[in-house]
Amino acid sequence: MLNLEGLSKHFGGVKALDQLDIKIEKGEIFGLIGPNGSGKSTTVNLICGVYPATRGRIIFQNEETTNKPPHQQLRRGIARTFQNIRLFENLTVWQNLWVAQNSKEDVAKQNPMARWFGSSAAVREEIEKILEFSQLAEKSNEPAGSLAFGEQRRLELARAVVAKPKLLLLDEPAAGMNLEEVEELGERIRNLRDSGITILLVEHVMELVMEVTDRMAVLNFGQKIAEGTPTEIQNDPKVQEAYLGTSSETT
Amino acid sequence: MDYYFGLSQTIGIHTLLGLSAYILMLTGQLSLAQVGFFAIGAYTSGILTTMFGYHIMPALLIGSLVAGFFAFLIGFPALRVKGLMLVVATIAFSQFVSLFFFNLDWRKTVNGVEVGPDSTQGFREIRYYAANGWDSGEVALFVWVIVVLVMAALWWLDRSRAGAVLRAVGEDELAAQSVGLNLTAVKVIAMTAGGVIAGLGGSLYAHSTTYVDHLTFSILLATFAIAYPILGGLSGVFGTLVAVIFIQGILVEGLRFLGDWRNLLFGLLIVLVMNLKPEGIIDARVAQLLKRTFLGGGKGGKHA
Repeated sequence: MLNLEGLSKHFGGVKALDQLDIKIEKGEIFGLIGPNGSGKSTTVNLICGVYPATRGRIIFQNEETTNKPPHQQLRRGIARTFQNIRLFENLTVWQNLWVAQNSKEDVAKQNPMARWFGSSAAVREEIEKILEFSQLAEKSNEPAGSLAFGEQRRLELARAVVAKPKLLLLDEPAAGMNLEEVEELGERIRNLRDSGITILLVEHVMELVMEVTDRMAVLNFGQKIAEGTPTEIQNDPKVQEAYLGTSSETT
Repeated sequence: MDYYFGLSQTIGIHTLLGLSAYILMLTGQLSLAQVGFFAIGAYTSGILTTMFGYHIMPALLIGSLVAGFFAFLIGFPALRVKGLMLVVATIAFSQFVSLFFFNLDWRKTVNGVEVGPDSTQGFREIRYYAANGWDSGEVALFVWVIVVLVMAALWWLDRSRAGAVLRAVGEDELAAQSVGLNLTAVKVIAMTAGGVIAGLGGSLYAHSTTYVDHLTFSILLATFAIAYPILGGLSGVFGTLVAVIFIQGILVEGLRFLGDWRNLLFGLLIVLVMNLKPEGIIDARVAQLLKRTFLGGGKGGKHA
């Protein structure tokens, strides 16, 4: 589904990401963990085309997509959420989803006039379904900026899902959530996977990663230090030393 | 009465100028090129009616389309830069247009009278209305029919998906790209639409005043164009109209006895609004309040 081959990103002299190789299979939930500044968000931004890669290749569904601009990546089926929520705060919840209906299907299905100026029943129904799934149906007409934190997170996820992605990149979706909300989020992520979306989960919250991912990779200082199932990772001495070890000492 | 008809024409035309900046401002861009498009519309339609005997309607249409075409062309390079750099780039464009017309010398004798742009002397005798027996009340009506149509179109646009897309780009470019919006395309389209509206305003202006020269299209006018939506806020098209009535009707006309001191007042007003009400006088809250007062209910229901 997604192959990263020797992907590197240097900011000046800093190697934010160095020779990353990852292969994500269709239909899996792949976790990417690592301490702060280890290159997780950089990876997401490279896959989405926000930054150009310094070296290496990104291959999505057998097609090279390295350095293509973000809106084209979305058309190909890669959607994302942000580490710090980035909603269109003055638009309503409904409008946030409405502007995000840009999948290849949606573009092909309607003529441009209807797409930009109309609002067909099919379009409305689809948005309503996703609002329902995200428990935001009653908030439909409220400005996104007025939502509670948890609701904003759900809306951002909904905004990514409305673009009918094949691959969904979640950049620390559990940040700032309590345990109950994290559990709910895990459920939601599994539901999305079951509906056929492949997921790359970048996360700090161990409970979530260990519970929902099928496989995961660990980054440290921009390099991959381990890859495997959650159990394998938990028992990997290198990971314990670099990541879990230090974090358990500090807590 | 003629005085009020004249004033209402000015208010209508400036509303178009303000709306042309408004639509671009929705995408988060501040442009001082609107006066350039305004000038292109004014000269183009003026040339068509005086030198080639066009009817006013096709002249307006062509004037605005030519202005829109130039907006489209400069949209690509100009919108690669943002913020202050865009302001500088668009000032340069407006100056370029102004200097082009300063040098444009293209005259022709029609019915024994020499007409057309006469470089430094300006472009006189744009007398379509007088030649066809329109009085100033009829001209004011004509101007306002067009202004209302443009406002209605923008009001409707604001309720469409396209309007939401413009605002989405204005709020957060990174998020907008990430949900699949092509920033360049959205901005260039907004620039082009703004160019068309400014060109329409310029065309009406040239025929209302019957005389334009390069000095008409000054940086001051460019600042007016962006001041209207800044003062009126971006929550809807009526904000711009209210701001134009306030500035042209009260500040410029009502305080005429202050002479050039009015410009000082104008500057002060912009600084005050930007500090006290950065979202404009009619921000989202005031807009809600007005809606509830005048329309009752005031429910969102934009997409129903």
